[in-house]
Amino acid sequence: MPETKIIPSRLAGFWRKFLDGVVRYTLMIMLALVLFGVILLVSGRDPLHSYRDMLVHTLGSTYGFSEVLVAMTPMLLTALAVALPSRLILINVGVEGQLYMGACFATWAALTFPHLPAHLLLPLMAFVGMLGGALWAFIPGYLKARGIVNETITTLLLNSVAPKIVSFFIFGFWHSPMDTDKTANFVPAARLPTVFGTRIDLSLFIGLALLVVFWWFVKYTRWGLEMRAIGGNPQAARRNGIPVSAYLVIGMCVGGAIAGLAGMAQVSGYYGLLLANFSRGIGYMGFLISWLSFGDPLGILIMSFVVAVIFTGGNLLQLTQGLPFAAINLLLALTLFVVLARPQFSGFVRRKTA
Amino acid sequence: MRSEATEGRLVTLMFGQELTSPKADRRKVPDKGALPLLELRGVETRPTGTEMRLKGIDLQVYPGEIVGVAGVSGNGQRELGDVVLGMIPCVRGEKILFGEDITRAPVGVVRRRGVGFVPEDPLSMAVVPFMTVLENLVLTRTGHYARAGGLKMDWRAVHSDAQDAMNRFGFSFSLYVPARTLSGGNLQRMIIVRELAYGSRLIVASYLTRGLDVRSTIAARQALLRARDEGAGVLLISEDLEELFALSDRLIVLYDGRIVGTFRPEETDIYTVGHLMTGSEVPHA
Repeated sequence: MPETKIIPSRLAGFWRKFLDGVVRYTLMIMLALVLFGVILLVSGRDPLHSYRDMLVHTLGSTYGFSEVLVAMTPMLLTALAVALPSRLILINVGVEGQLYMGACFATWAALTFPHLPAHLLLPLMAFVGMLGGALWAFIPGYLKARGIVNETITTLLLNSVAPKIVSFFIFGFWHSPMDTDKTANFVPAARLPTVFGTRIDLSLFIGLALLVVFWWFVKYTRWGLEMRAIGGNPQAARRNGIPVSAYLVIGMCVGGAIAGLAGMAQVSGYYGLLLANFSRGIGYMGFLISWLSFGDPLGILIMSFVVAVIFTGGNLLQLTQGLPFAAINLLLALTLFVVLARPQFSGFVRRKTA
Repeated sequence: MRSEATEGRLVTLMFGQELTSPKADRRKVPDKGALPLLELRGVETRPTGTEMRLKGIDLQVYPGEIVGVAGVSGNGQRELGDVVLGMIPCVRGEKILFGEDITRAPVGVVRRRGVGFVPEDPLSMAVVPFMTVLENLVLTRTGHYARAGGLKMDWRAVHSDAQDAMNRFGFSFSLYVPARTLSGGNLQRMIIVRELAYGSRLIVASYLTRGLDVRSTIAARQALLRARDEGAGVLLISEDLEELFALSDRLIVLYDGRIVGTFRPEETDIYTVGHLMTGSEVPHA
């Protein structure tokens, strides 16, 4: 019996897949840039110049690069919050709402226990933040598992509810004496530590670690196997005795918990306070990244980085090239367009790399 | 000569040896003193969509007994299998499995007690097409092969158990390809290995030998009979009356969601059962 075949995956296979993925995503992104270049040309700008500006100011300096990573951090987490339920064919459009609830709960902890030391307060904030996100995700998860309402609709609709709850608490109770739409700055113990003298905070590394855990969990554990079975054929999974309903509820809650953690990281790391309508669509961006990468951990890493570059660089393009902000959305939409055309494209890549 | 061609002779020519299909050496009377493995008492279901409604099903399956379920497709055989498994809730009546009430138990509980299930359409009902055969073999028993509390799976054990079972049944199919690439026959062999080889105490088998060649049909029937001889109870659902008559110790006929007849195969004939299956009256002799 051939020994090498017993473990389904081997390291060599991993690296081959890794390279294949990198090549594929690079080609896709380049194609999107070429298409956007045409639009730049039509509007009378020099695309090469624009791209050079964009890359030099994001990847060409330590500060620019650190800002890319700062922008990437919440997207990493929110994309993961979409990717995990998507393995169970759950479409979690509600990351935005779960993010707000996570931020709301974490802020409650920060404001209620300001005297705790950081090594107690931060884990507490992370925990209640995840709890908030999970509770918010439990509602659609439960309704889906009972076959009452489709989760796509409930998560999407709950998105407009969560920010209003946050606003209610800010305007009603938590706002600082100076402002009406935000809390006072958190105590230092409630701030996530930053590294290398930049604005990069601990949540980037938590996000990266969670990405690895997610990959390992799906690939190697019993629960990952059962999740893949549900994602591949829910009826067969149920017939084979896998508790599908429980997986749906728990999967949704874990997704919500990760989104809640992203919310906690935003208020504790990036802002250091809770601001009404703070998110700027990070949840939706995570949804986009997760679907761009088809829920694949490596894809999430690459795509969230790319989207972060586009965002950070796009701000710059507005200044240097006089482009409207909508141009950034245009570039993102083109990226989505190219990636969704993947069926033909992947065949092309496979032939090239074979 | 065409007139000399019989099924047996063709099979002999095709395989270069004479193959005889196993027949059950029937138990005279199943041991009614023993506790039934499965007992349905007045089970009724409520259909959702296109399902047939089961009406007042009373049924016992005893250890070491094959109960054949005859019926034209769409008269409740599939629903009967599903209600035993727990896929369809029963709205009235009771299900007793191995002496315990499982009327409200979910599929996982029923499975873990030792119920094997061969569905009528393996690709859509039993298999995750893009997962490998080995991964599919493990799906009904993930808990058994989980190590370190579920953090990893013991693929070596899965492999060697599967290899053992294939050797025992005389099957051979690739374990490391996606299940969707298997032929219909190999897929059915895989399901038979998964559901029959690992000591199921009750086996619900629908169209057990559909899509199998002669040799594998024989192997599948032998596997079923061996399981019976080792004390398992079998609910064999089929439209193939010859198979039902060859294997069953007892035969029930389903029509319109009801049991319309219970027979011992040697006391009836294919025509009587056939008539009952179509719902037409049988003239009593």
